[in-house]
Amino acid sequence: MLKELLYPFDPNYILENKRKIKKTLLGQSDAFIEKKIAILGGYTTAAVKQIMELFLLNNGIKPSFYESEYNKFYEDALFDNPQLEGFGPDIIYVCTSNRNITRYPSLNDDAQALLKNEIEKYQRIWDSLKSRYHCPIIQNNFELPYYRLMGNKEASDVHGKVNFITRLNLLMDEYAQENENFYICDINYLSADYGLKNWSDPFYFHMYKYALNVNAIPYLSFNVANIIKSLFGKNKKGFVLDLDNTLWGGVIGDDGVEGIKVGPEESEGQVYSEFQRYLKEHKQLGIILNIDSKNDYENAIAGLKHPDSELSEDDFVEIKANWEPKDRNFADIANELTLLPESLVFVDDNPAERHIVSEQLKGVAAPELGSAEHYIEVLDRNGFFEVTTLSKDDLKRNEMYKQNIERAKAESSFSNYKDYLLSLDMKGIIKPFEPMYIERISQLSNKSNQFNLTTHRYTVSDIEKIATDENYITLYGKLIDRFGDNGLVSVVIGHIVEGVCDMDLWIMSCRVLKRDLEFAMMDELVKRCKEKGIRKIVGHYYPTAKNNMVKEFYALQGFTKIAEDEKGNTDWEFVISDDYKLKNEVITIQE
Amino acid sequence: MTREEVMKKLNEIFCNVFDDETIVLTDSTNANDIEDWDSLEQINLIVNIENEFGMMFDMAEVSDLANVGEMADLIMRKQAE
Repeated sequence: MLKELLYPFDPNYILENKRKIKKTLLGQSDAFIEKKIAILGGYTTAAVKQIMELFLLNNGIKPSFYESEYNKFYEDALFDNPQLEGFGPDIIYVCTSNRNITRYPSLNDDAQALLKNEIEKYQRIWDSLKSRYHCPIIQNNFELPYYRLMGNKEASDVHGKVNFITRLNLLMDEYAQENENFYICDINYLSADYGLKNWSDPFYFHMYKYALNVNAIPYLSFNVANIIKSLFGKNKKGFVLDLDNTLWGGVIGDDGVEGIKVGPEESEGQVYSEFQRYLKEHKQLGIILNIDSKNDYENAIAGLKHPDSELSEDDFVEIKANWEPKDRNFADIANELTLLPESLVFVDDNPAERHIVSEQLKGVAAPELGSAEHYIEVLDRNGFFEVTTLSKDDLKRNEMYKQNIERAKAESSFSNYKDYLLSLDMKGIIKPFEPMYIERISQLSNKSNQFNLTTHRYTVSDIEKIATDENYITLYGKLIDRFGDNGLVSVVIGHIVEGVCDMDLWIMSCRVLKRDLEFAMMDELVKRCKEKGIRKIVGHYYPTAKNNMVKEFYALQGFTKIAEDEKGNTDWEFVISDDYKLKNEVITIQE
Repeated sequence: MTREEVMKKLNEIFCNVFDDETIVLTDSTNANDIEDWDSLEQINLIVNIENEFGMMFDMAEVSDLANVGEMADLIMRKQAE
């Protein structure tokens, strides 16, 4: 799906580039379903239509449109209309606003009678459309009025416009409850969400006969498109969720189960609890929850067993917690659920992971989440699961999928991970320790638990000493990619004994796992050794409860195992040859 | 922004809105010169120009613009305010 058309989108960009976007969408696929959509408008609807087309194309629906003449929605609905009959709509959208309200009550009027008049006018429209065209109808409800003559009394007095519109909306809802194939487009909510004052800016009506701010049209069109794609079976079916800094704050592999942030004790934990509750609410709609996390499986489960976790292991259908690329796990999840990848939404705080998943698996939505307190806003407003009808099957869907997993365990292949890495446009800075980074280096040595070969901890003064000692080789690594600066994320320390570089420390932040930075660090280490006439490097791996992921790290770097004791401590050796071949092929190292 | 720069930016906006890189605006360019420039695109243009230049026009200001040159003059005036 085009990122530009996922919430939070830039409405100005969409308005200005709609032709270009349309071309892109049409060029991306030829597997559209074609649908005919009639827009019966109470105001100018040209831009509503044009922008709606983009959102529908993004959902695999190629629309053709019928558009009523300006403000002819009533006539088009009630009277014979050969043109509309010839068109044969699959959906009719009645796009009206409070500017179409025939008459508001004045203080002397019988407000109830006027209310009845107004709702009956719309019921005539809907009944007529239903009997003539036999297709789903989408109807705007009403936004609140632009001004309040009586101030707050407008809400409580039956003669107030606020009161009138509120009751009118409730009557529309009743009709929707009693009639199938009739759906409300809730512009009352949309306009509040956008800001009523801006939504209803009169400039756009008097100038162009748009009953809403032109800049708000993308939000309206998006909302209608969501109802339409839901009706045509294009809703998403589930979430694929990351864990660290997505379901809880912190990194469980490093911070431990007691260190992650979730629960009522402090504000950050509260944010994640609220988000977990939001996700859990989806289960009642039959939306399935899955996990795709770079973690040891035991750690993932431990996090879900946190006493304050709202979600538990049982709430998930698939749990993939391992060190495979995320897109591969994602594809496996979809495969085992026998769903198309594009029917699952990827939720991950890490932009690089979102990038690989949405690049590798076309059609997968991976919205930009923003900060944790906005996760709900972003997911919710995307309308991935827009409910038009609810079936009994929906409610049982979680169970169904759980059984399905047992069947298909086929593994999907992934062949161009390197292309992905190259597409990240990574730049590395790898240098001996410098004073300005001493504090960060010490901090990283104390925080890193997973990608940490020896788990030696260093204070600031330790690092200061080592940095100026001729008998040490030190390197820090910074990694920058197209999404931004990851900062200082790797540290290597070796001390020189009799012409051999003995590795005291090799750590890397998990946020840059599988980016080949470790190979770039190795290349640089080898270069520094050569400069000092060192021909051999010795490495050590000391197992802890958390660093299992680097057990074979030195083997990957081409070292040979020379010793292993009963505790699993291993020693490794690497002889530097003259024709040492650079291992890093994807990161450009800056001098 | 100089008037020349304003014209250049207007040209970019027109190219985006009409998805046509070949458009070259002059002061006298008007709706008759660009095929897709109808009343609807007029609205779209005004809204995009407002967004790109970070200014809002009054109804009176945009009601009777005759050509691109007058639009550029209006932007220059608003900019100086």
